Amino acid sequence: MQHYSGFGLLKHSLTHHENWQRVWRNPTPKKHYDVIIVGGGGHGLATAYYLAKVHGITNIAVLEKGWLGGGNTARNTTIVRSNYLWDESARLYEHAMKLWEGLSQDLNYNVMFSQRGVYHTCHTLQDMRSNERLVHANALQGIDNEMLDADQVQKEIPAIDCSPNARYPIMGASVQRRGGNARHDAVAWGYARGADALGVDLIQQCEVVDMVIENNIVKGVNTKQHGVIKADRVGCVTAGNSSTLAKMAGFDLPLESHPLQALVSEPIKPVLDCVVMSNHVHGYVSQSDKGDLVIGAGIDGYTGYGQRGSYPTIEHTIQAIIEMFPIFSRVRMNRQWGGIVDTTADACPIISDTPVGGLFFNCGWGTGGFKATPGSGHVFAATLAEGKAHPLAEPFSMFRFHNGKLIDEHGAAGVAH
Amino acid sequence: MFHIYCPHCAEYREEDEFHAKGQAHIARPLDPDNCSDAQWGNYMYFRPNPKGLRHEIWYHSAGCRKFFNMTRDTVTYEIKEVYLIGEKPQFTADAH
Repeated sequence: MQHYSGFGLLKHSLTHHENWQRVWRNPTPKKHYDVIIVGGGGHGLATAYYLAKVHGITNIAVLEKGWLGGGNTARNTTIVRSNYLWDESARLYEHAMKLWEGLSQDLNYNVMFSQRGVYHTCHTLQDMRSNERLVHANALQGIDNEMLDADQVQKEIPAIDCSPNARYPIMGASVQRRGGNARHDAVAWGYARGADALGVDLIQQCEVVDMVIENNIVKGVNTKQHGVIKADRVGCVTAGNSSTLAKMAGFDLPLESHPLQALVSEPIKPVLDCVVMSNHVHGYVSQSDKGDLVIGAGIDGYTGYGQRGSYPTIEHTIQAIIEMFPIFSRVRMNRQWGGIVDTTADACPIISDTPVGGLFFNCGWGTGGFKATPGSGHVFAATLAEGKAHPLAEPFSMFRFHNGKLIDEHGAAGVAH
Repeated sequence: MFHIYCPHCAEYREEDEFHAKGQAHIARPLDPDNCSDAQWGNYMYFRPNPKGLRHEIWYHSAGCRKFFNMTRDTVTYEIKEVYLIGEKPQFTADAH
């Protein structure tokens, strides 16, 4: 792997940047792998990277039906934070946060992780109380999170409207200052490059159409383009399409797939240097380095696989943003899109073994998977390597929906997560 | 935006007036007290989540406030039919 550095940039500038090495190979699949990972998004690629790097398992293929990082990794609003309520999820997201903090160095790839602060605005007394509870829970978990009153919010975010004249006046906010944004594509590409360098085969344009299962133990997958590829273990990291994969293996998952929409505005001058989320008026916004406002809110209420949603949801989203930032009311929106998110009843992910031996699922991240990418890959890699759940992944078994030990994160996840 | 025919109002109305209420025709276990945890969990949470035709319950929340069923394609988002609670769907190919 070609090492990236300032010196390298200078060196390549002398040859007009025409001699850069390809970032990853484009191999044809082997007949057999130790581990196959289905799904080449951020989580799948991170899983492959940590399997190779931490566990020394390099005979791995990542099968991707489209192109790397082309699903929800490309469609999310890139928010990273770890201030969740319950110990189980706070531990998992904080594990991810710690990996985020050293990720660019680790991958030798700039993922543009910017800890610009994530604010949760409070518009009612109940909002204030829930966020204070969250701040206290986070203090016990060793996770930074603090309360601000309306004056402090106004001072730190000049563009926001904290006046009492607003329809839902802002009474305060909690802020996690270690939270922020990362460049979503770079995360997928950085992990892909790192995994490829360690010998992982990244197979794009390779759609899994069936599972090969003998005596209730997975033996491989059947693909549309390359036929049967055998494997000792299979890990599915396929977000909105997880139910489809589970159906091939003969079981249901406690998931429903919904469209989640987002939109970006035309690029404008720097006006917002942090992430603002509101569970009450229901929306979130940040400004990308390019200058466009990145906006999102909740899922569309109906299930769907169409990677698009309905206009009323967009209208609702924009209403929330204008409520908080009247200054944005004349900004024009450039693009709008939808991704398919797999939601669980408790708004927590599933990192789990399954009724089929050797087959593991990492799914159910719903509306908030991006922030967990490094942690999710790290613990799922350990789960695949050991054949049993990593301690941080244990509470997230799919069988919690049988024994009733749900982790109700709807409070902390709120809208937007 | 969906343009949904409410079988109670006998009119097409905009999606804003409705709420999707999840999968239809989920059979409640006949003897809940004697279900295993797995049986009850499956009933409560595990869903086929089909890619294709799906029968689901909708609620005309800002209209007549009555429930009805719908058969809808979850990929094309085409609404195949609406029918009353207690009735059987006409479109069932690949549907769950």
